Amino acid sequence: MTENSLDTAGRQAAADQASGARAAAAGPGSVDAADGLDGTASSTVAKQPPGGGRPPRPTLGRRALTFADSLWRPALVLAVFFAAWWFVAAREYVPNYLVPTPGQVWETMTTQWSELARHTLVTLYETVLGFVLAAALGLVTAVAIAYSRTLDKALYPIVLFAQVIPKIAIAPLLVVWFGLGLTPKIILAVLIAFFPVVISGVAGLRSTDPELLDLAATMGAGPWRTFRKIRFPNALPHLMAGLKVAVTLAVVGAVVGEFVGASEGLGYVLLLANGNLDSALLFADLILMSAIGIVLFVLVEIAEALLIPWHASRRAGVSLTTS
Amino acid sequence: MTAAPAATGTAIGMSGLTVRFTTRRSQTTALDDVSLDIEPGEFVTIVGPSGCGKSTLLKIVAGLVKPTSGDVSLLERPVRGPQKEIGFVFQKAALLEWRGARANILLQAEMRGMDRAQAARRADELIEMTGLTGFEKALPHELSGGMQQRVALCRALLHSPPVLLMDEPFGALDALTREQMNAELHRIWRETGTTVVLVTHSIAEAVFLGTRVVVMSPRPGRIIRTFSVELPAHRDYAQVMSDPRFDRLATDLRGLLGSAAANH
Repeated sequence: MTENSLDTAGRQAAADQASGARAAAAGPGSVDAADGLDGTASSTVAKQPPGGGRPPRPTLGRRALTFADSLWRPALVLAVFFAAWWFVAAREYVPNYLVPTPGQVWETMTTQWSELARHTLVTLYETVLGFVLAAALGLVTAVAIAYSRTLDKALYPIVLFAQVIPKIAIAPLLVVWFGLGLTPKIILAVLIAFFPVVISGVAGLRSTDPELLDLAATMGAGPWRTFRKIRFPNALPHLMAGLKVAVTLAVVGAVVGEFVGASEGLGYVLLLANGNLDSALLFADLILMSAIGIVLFVLVEIAEALLIPWHASRRAGVSLTTS
Repeated sequence: MTAAPAATGTAIGMSGLTVRFTTRRSQTTALDDVSLDIEPGEFVTIVGPSGCGKSTLLKIVAGLVKPTSGDVSLLERPVRGPQKEIGFVFQKAALLEWRGARANILLQAEMRGMDRAQAARRADELIEMTGLTGFEKALPHELSGGMQQRVALCRALLHSPPVLLMDEPFGALDALTREQMNAELHRIWRETGTTVVLVTHSIAEAVFLGTRVVVMSPRPGRIIRTFSVELPAHRDYAQVMSDPRFDRLATDLRGLLGSAAANH
């Protein structure tokens, strides 16, 4: 909904049109006890049972089938990719020290598992902490910007500046300031993940239907209640989209931080492997980095499915995959 | 028209209401010197062409828009800031997408901090009264336009407001659903005795529902005439439609609205 961007005079007209279109769209297939007295009503109700119109909970077998159905396409693509990789590496079209075979990568991963796991946990910790802090700070900033014109004008330039400054360029400075510990990595992750949270949060909070806000005013509710019951839930779909972007960026922030100065973490291992021309370790490391991003992304998707099952983007059925 | 509040008490008093919107390029007068007193228990319908400031008038009564000049009072008290003693229904249902019908109705109670058990009982009564039974948990997108508007109506009535303001509530509905909703609203008004002000484009709706019909001119909105509706308090839709008094009044209104538009 973009009505809120219109001026007061144009708002009513736009709202009228929008609701007209919505009413038209709601025509067939939707439930209306009013338009049928006996026969018609019961047939409509049978199709979409009262009580939310939600379909009955699918059986375990059905759910497994749905899951498999959503999985075979990405699995096929991955299989083709691995086959191509294996083919190129095994026939040594590219020298082995540049591209190892999948088997070599797998062997490195299993033999050095405990070491790799330790470094993965370090990077995971930095990423998650950075992401959580970015989400909290981003949300607070978004609320400030959405609610106050003064803060909007004061904060937006800073937010934008924090975004356009190349994070990689300030990484060395952060290391000088905060040492080789976890702090500079977490700060980098926060800095890089902050922006999408703010932008999506502001967009979400501003997308509240002005009539709902008018209504809230006539209900005598204070700003906190209006925020909690109307504006925040309304902003969630936007916000979740921003969080999905942010969580993948947080991994980048943490790894960049490790590149600049660290004694542990996947970024550190990557530099070591690169220096030793240990391409198998390098590839194993890359796979683990991606795995962190994918796992965190899926977790945010699950949170989204639980928080906003009502939203249009979620209505087609709750899928936990990234399709 | 600017009668002083009588001893019996007026539900809504408006005198000399004028609203001007100033945009960067121009200044438009939305309402020009509107005065109207509404008694408790009346059902006043306001008809007029698009953009005559009817909606603005309702928002002024609700305290959502400040008039440029003039005075409004609600239940004998001057209106300053948003009013709580009203129920408001908009043209679009303005429901919370993530709440079922019943939870949407109960929003009113939560926002006001009403007693939960009492609000729940009242919600169930209203659900029953408006034929929403069986759809308590249905989300807005699962409901038709008519059903959505019933939910909005229930929400507006939950706290038994003395005054109900309705801004073209059935404007987006198909003709049949609209007639049904009119009949239901009429019944609810008779049963609750609430003062209702309803803004509409539809002459039939204005005459069927109103005890008084106020006709407004195109921008700048002025009250051209006020009609008392000489129809029985208890109205049946089919009977009213075939009543010669209905025909006469509807023809008068149509003529008035036509000439108002033509002169403009």
